[in-house]
Amino acid sequence: MSVFILRRLMQSALVMVAMAVIVFFGIHLVGDPVWMFVSPDMDQHDIEEVTRALGLDRPIWEQFGYFVLSALQGDLGTSFVFGEPALGLIIERMPATLELAFTALLMAVVFGIPLGLYAGLYPDSAVSKSIMAGSILGFSLPTFWVGIMLIMVFAVILGWLPSTGRGDTVDLFGVPVSFLTLDGLEHLLLPAFNLALLKISLVIRLTRAGTREAIHMDYIKFARAKGLSTRRIIGVHLLKNILIPVVTVLGLEFGSLIAFSVVTETVFAWPGMGKLLIEAIQQLDRPIIVAYLMMIVFLFVVINLIVDILYSILDPRVRLGDRGA
Amino acid sequence: MSNAPTLQVTDLKTHFFTRAGVAKAVDGVTLSVDRGEVLGLVGESGSGKTVTGFSILGLVDHPGRIVSGSIRLNGEELVGKPEAELRRIRGRKVAMIFQDPMMTLNPVLRVDTQMIEAIRAHEDVSEDAARQRSREALVRVGIPSPDERLQSYPHQFSGGMRQRVAIAIALLNEPDLIVADEPTTALDVTIQAQILYEVQKLCAETGLAMIWITHDLAVVGGLADRLAVMYAGRVVEEGPVDRVLDAPLHPYTHGLIGSVPSHNRRGARLSQIPGMTPSLLHLPEGCSFAARCPRADDACRVMPQLERFAPSRAARCHHPFIAENDGQEIDLTFNE
Ligand SMILES: Nc1ncnc2c1ncn2[C@@H]1O[C@H](COP(=O)(O)OP(=O)(O)OP(=O)(O)O)[C@@H](O)[C@H]1O
Ligand code: SF4
Ligand SMILES: [Mg+2]
Repeated sequence: MSVFILRRLMQSALVMVAMAVIVFFGIHLVGDPVWMFVSPDMDQHDIEEVTRALGLDRPIWEQFGYFVLSALQGDLGTSFVFGEPALGLIIERMPATLELAFTALLMAVVFGIPLGLYAGLYPDSAVSKSIMAGSILGFSLPTFWVGIMLIMVFAVILGWLPSTGRGDTVDLFGVPVSFLTLDGLEHLLLPAFNLALLKISLVIRLTRAGTREAIHMDYIKFARAKGLSTRRIIGVHLLKNILIPVVTVLGLEFGSLIAFSVVTETVFAWPGMGKLLIEAIQQLDRPIIVAYLMMIVFLFVVINLIVDILYSILDPRVRLGDRGA
Repeated sequence: MSNAPTLQVTDLKTHFFTRAGVAKAVDGVTLSVDRGEVLGLVGESGSGKTVTGFSILGLVDHPGRIVSGSIRLNGEELVGKPEAELRRIRGRKVAMIFQDPMMTLNPVLRVDTQMIEAIRAHEDVSEDAARQRSREALVRVGIPSPDERLQSYPHQFSGGMRQRVAIAIALLNEPDLIVADEPTTALDVTIQAQILYEVQKLCAETGLAMIWITHDLAVVGGLADRLAVMYAGRVVEEGPVDRVLDAPLHPYTHGLIGSVPSHNRRGARLSQIPGMTPSLLHLPEGCSFAARCPRADDACRVMPQLERFAPSRAARCHHPFIAENDGQEIDLTFNE
């Protein structure tokens, strides 16, 4: 187990390095941030001054070396726009994004598993067919469009829910959260659902497919031959087998929830990392973009590791040490 | 021996209503098993053995359904019983063991979980008491270090051990009848022999009745008391196992056993009979074996009935092999 984790950590470090190279050099192909800080009345000397101040006068490999050195000390550069450490700015907005992503994850489980289970157990019923049709819509409708529609219906037409911002927050262990206040919860509902829709559809399909498959397995028939109640057969024998792929996929998808939150946060003006990223891109604030992407890669790596460990807990057949990966 | 058999199945019909038509998987099965008796059930693939077993447990799934007939367990009619009552009988009065031990245990639940729940589904006993009984059941089927084994997951067992666990689970509530569907086919010969020996002992000691479905004539010859031969959803021959193997009445049984001399016959698998099992969707009028039967004639266009040829023997054929096997051999010798 510990050998496995050690090996995974080394692989992860490699991934981080590769990502740093790609991100850092890739971003230098796009635009020249100096022009964002230049006004028409500046002369050549002033422009060179700005370039020097941003550190953009050095050759790119030197900039990269400097970036790596500071990154090792936990400094991912200073935002051109805010003049503050990029990492700090991102971490400051991370709780909002994480809250959104976790709520969406919860919705995916709470809605997805029961609906998928129902559709799997009664595949021919009209309700199941509607569930499956709904999940196809959930898959294919673009997130931003659904977000706008949600605002239209629930905020504009019905006026039930607010459409922008986090609402009131309270501090939980020093981190501001929305879900503990009624106002915050109201603000959370729409964006979280918007973000969750894709994952709900995914969980429905996974659960349904798993149910359809498991229901014909011998161990289910054997459980019935033992005279167990339907509740126990579905709730324990069936569900425990289905949960393995669902948990795995959901865990891996958590990274993409955070990544996708860029769209949702923009639509709902949710003050998270995603919104910060979009603004940074518009202003060519390279350090923030780089820091954000590094952060996302880091999260993906950590999540994958956690999922692997969780998987081995759920599925007794998996022994982490035995696996090649 | 007491008068009412443990299980009496009469003219059972279980049909599958598929898109392609009605598959008459079981179409008039009659058989009975007494206390302490092992009934061997043989027949080609698709002849309806498993469906017969599932019908007895009330586990026929959509699109299948028991359309008519009677299944009496200790005199109590099971056909038409509501699901809730059937559930209370399954696992308590009738248990089943499946063919593939690798698939019957739930891979993500520990063995103790799967055993204890089987007891507690029927009896309001404490978890400790149920665990104790599970442990005893494991000992009974010859599983070493049962305490450790209880804590294990199925994948930590070999195939033979898993089948023992399945048998132990079937025994947990001391049922009156166990339907064992080719339970040793997937195991190697030594393990098979051990399990057979233990099962036989159990039946003799406890009065447990058993239906042993198999393809293997060696197993049936050594284990069963009586033999029922199925063809296309019907029992075509039935009788004491030695009699049937030595002097089959039905041409199909005859074909199954083959033309090998009788002492070499034991240990042989069912031999191949030329021709194919008829499609259950389009069974011919009359005897369903007619297309493959060397003795078929015009009389066979009418469906033969299951006829008694001696107190303990029956066959479903217009031209059984009676003349060839002199009447005495078939007759009388077997009186329970
Ligand atoms: N779910 C089902 N839907 C449609 N037909 C079915 C279904 N289950 C069984 N049948 C029909 O019942 C027939 C008998 O099947 P069964 O499994 O009882 O045969 P078997 O004698 O146990 O064969 P084997 O030796 O291969 O196990 C099959 O050939 C099939 O046509
Ligand atoms: S009834 Fe006729 S066709 Fe059928 S088995 Fe007997 S002899 Fe053959
Ligand atoms: Mg079968």
